Order: sequence, then C-alpha cells, then structure tokens
Amino acid sequence: MDSTEVMDVELTVNGKRYKRRVEPRLLLADYLRHEIGLKGTHIGCAHGVCGACTVQINGESARSCLHFAVDVQGCEIRTVEDMATPEALHPIQQAFHECHALQCGFCTPGILMTAEEFLRTNPDPSEEEIRTALSNNLCRCTGYVNIVKAISVAATRLQQHKN
Amino acid sequence: MKPAKFEYHAPRSIEEAVALLDKYGEDARVLAGGQSLTPLLNFRILQPRALISINHCPELAYLEQCENELVCGALIRQAEAERSAMVRQHCPLLAAALPWVGGISNRNRGTVCGSLAHADPLAELTAVAVALDADFVIANKEGQRQVKAEAFFVSDLTTCVEPGEMLKEVRFPRSQNGERAAFVEVGNRWHGFAVVGVAAQFKFSDDGLCETARLAAIGVGSTPIRLSGAEEILVGTNAEGEVLREAGHMASQSVDPPGGFHADAAYRAQVLGTLVERAVEKALGKHPEHRRN
Repeated sequence: MDSTEVMDVELTVNGKRYKRRVEPRLLLADYLRHEIGLKGTHIGCAHGVCGACTVQINGESARSCLHFAVDVQGCEIRTVEDMATPEALHPIQQAFHECHALQCGFCTPGILMTAEEFLRTNPDPSEEEIRTALSNNLCRCTGYVNIVKAISVAATRLQQHKN
Repeated sequence: MKPAKFEYHAPRSIEEAVALLDKYGEDARVLAGGQSLTPLLNFRILQPRALISINHCPELAYLEQCENELVCGALIRQAEAERSAMVRQHCPLLAAALPWVGGISNRNRGTVCGSLAHADPLAELTAVAVALDADFVIANKEGQRQVKAEAFFVSDLTTCVEPGEMLKEVRFPRSQNGERAAFVEVGNRWHGFAVVGVAAQFKFSDDGLCETARLAAIGVGSTPIRLSGAEEILVGTNAEGEVLREAGHMASQSVDPPGGFHADAAYRAQVLGTLVERAVEKALGKHPEHRRN
C-alpha cells in the first residue's frame, strides 16, 4: 500500500464487513458516515477535542476523526448503531431517555460509546469517576447533571441484569 | 475536514519502517496513535508527502523490565501502560502521570513514545522522562543511537530525531524500593491542557530524610525543565515546612516561563512553586490535591 490514489479499504463495523474504494486520507468518521451511511457517529470539531465522533476500536473508545479508515483495517469497529436491538434500547440509552440526559442530542452518540466502555471497565462507579470519564466529551446543552444521573442509573441496572 | 493528500505506507517491521523513512527523509511522518499528528493533518498545518504507519508492526508493542530499566516500545498505547502492574511497580512516576494525559479515548490509541516524540511543551510524559533521566532509543538505517531525555527535547514540537529516523523505545530507570512518586498539574479544565505541571520522585530514608529528589516541570519553558535547585534544597531534609517552601521558591526563581493566552509568565513561575510543594506532599501521601488555595 503506497499510494495517494483510491484503494480498497475493508472494515469490520458492528460485525459486518464493508469494502469501499477510498483515498488513504479518508477519516474513519467520514468512512462511517459517507461511505457506509452510518450517520449515528457525529463529527463536531474534527480534531479530537469534542468527543462527538467517539466509536470503539477493538472494544475501546476512540475518536473516529483521528483515525484514517485505511489504518484501522483488521480492527473491530463498533458504532452507536450497534447498541440498541430492534426490540429495545440498550440499558444506557434507556436511562438517557428516562433521565432526560440529552437535549439537542449531537454529543449523545459519542457519550454513549464512552459510557458503554466505561461501565464495562468500572461497573460500580462513583459520581466523581463518572464525571472524570465524561471529561473529554463536550455537551453544551445539559450541564451534564442528567447525563451523570443516567449513567449512574444505567450502572445500577446493568449490575442487576448481571446478578 | 480533510487532510492534504499523502502516500500511505503500512510497513510490517521496524526495518521496513526505517527504510521508508530513509527514502522520504523530511517528507515523511510516523503515524502511531495519531492523537497529536492527525489534528495537525486535519488542519493542514502539516502536509507530509508520506505517512508511515507503525500500527501494523506488532513487534514494536513491547513493555519489558530489564535489570535496571522499564523498556517501552513505540507501539505501547498509553492506556495499556496505565493498566500495567509492571509500570505501577517499576515506574510509579509514569503510572502517576498517565491518567493526566488527555481522556481515556485518547489514551486508548495514543502511544507513550508518540507523545514523547511529538514533544508538545505541555505533554505530561515529557516531564516524567526528564525527571527520571530516561534513555531514548532512536532507530535509523545504520542501526540505532541512544540519547538522554534532556538531549532528546530540543524545543517545542522539536526533538533530536532527524529525518530518516524514528523513536523506537524509551527506557525508564526502574524505581528502587521505597521510592515515592507524584504528578501534579494545574489547568483550565479537568483533563484539558496543562498550564503548569510537575513530575516528582523521591527516596526517603527510614528516619524520614529525603535521600534523592527528582523534579521536572512542564509549562515553564519550550521543553520540560529539570528543577535541580529545588532538588538540592530538599535532599538531606525532611522536606517539610520552611524547607518545602524554600524549594518551591527556588523552583519559581529558577525558570523564565513564556507568557501565553491561558496564563502569564509571572503566574506560571508562581504556581510552579506551589506545585513543587504539592508534589512533595502528594508523594508522601498527604493528599494535597483536595486542598483549595
């Protein structure tokens, strides 16, 4: 692979394989939105500050605006579209819904992807830990109070599901 | 947003990577986690002809302990180092500084070596490397060369890595039994960029006297600065009260910080003194991070 020209880029997204001919400079965020039509991932700042474009790469949260699609071939990419089933929202999404943890919703996909990883690694977090986990995802509507509440509610329910 | 066109290369070994770097010279950039490089590409501040991704060189993802050192290869992600029991045990200062680097989604991808090679003057890990006198191993087509941290950092965003070369690994001296470490910083926003930060590691004797002190600061110069004057004041004392204030004062006096949008030079110098005091207290387990000024 040594070209500026279009090349086949094959990605596994939400368990499904996609192949598109794109330039190496195409960002993962743009591949997801424009090449395969998964527009749940939002692009805010496009330089890694706002967190709106957060997805998971091999199960770990990452900024899709800071990766080139060509460079994450072979990784498992997961987006917000993978969270809910046709029957039900993911417990974190359900808690966001009930706690009014979103207003305009632009930051929500990135926060959900961040929160899902966070609760997997820290199933019983304190409020301070939740706030630290959210500190690199910007929300300009809510003031975070209801987001913190929703994640705390979701943590309790996910724990109950497990027991 | 779209970077300018570049040629993408995904070498499978360090030899291949170095051969490509040699071929392109100053027209190439090494891509690892991309947490610092990709924003510069997205803004087109950098428009290299070639990107050499080392993300497909698994041989560079090593974290090992040798007799006297902890060795961190170029592809070790910050989050991986942060989770490592080996890092906590043998390089507590690195463990203390890592949680301050960006957010978890940055650390999941960003590498320890990448942050050091980028040489942002506010990068926490640069202070760790300077405080510990870490060794930097730089690979090139002749083989490799090794430099000390203070020689590695030349200026802001500038290191001694030449075109055709790349940072292959960093070797942190292993902490001795009983050494205590702390990282403290002030910034405008939790997990935002630092304004000033201090990395500190100390060894205290059983009767509470400071035997060795290692202190380095970010945010007070274009490279991390070793605070030797403050170290000398602390060694041989109990590092408390008046002595501690004197060490902080010495640190403040010893720097000539730049101004800047987020803090002026006088504030940076002053807060450095406070941070030196806090670093000592935190290393000794006195929890000053909860103290309000």
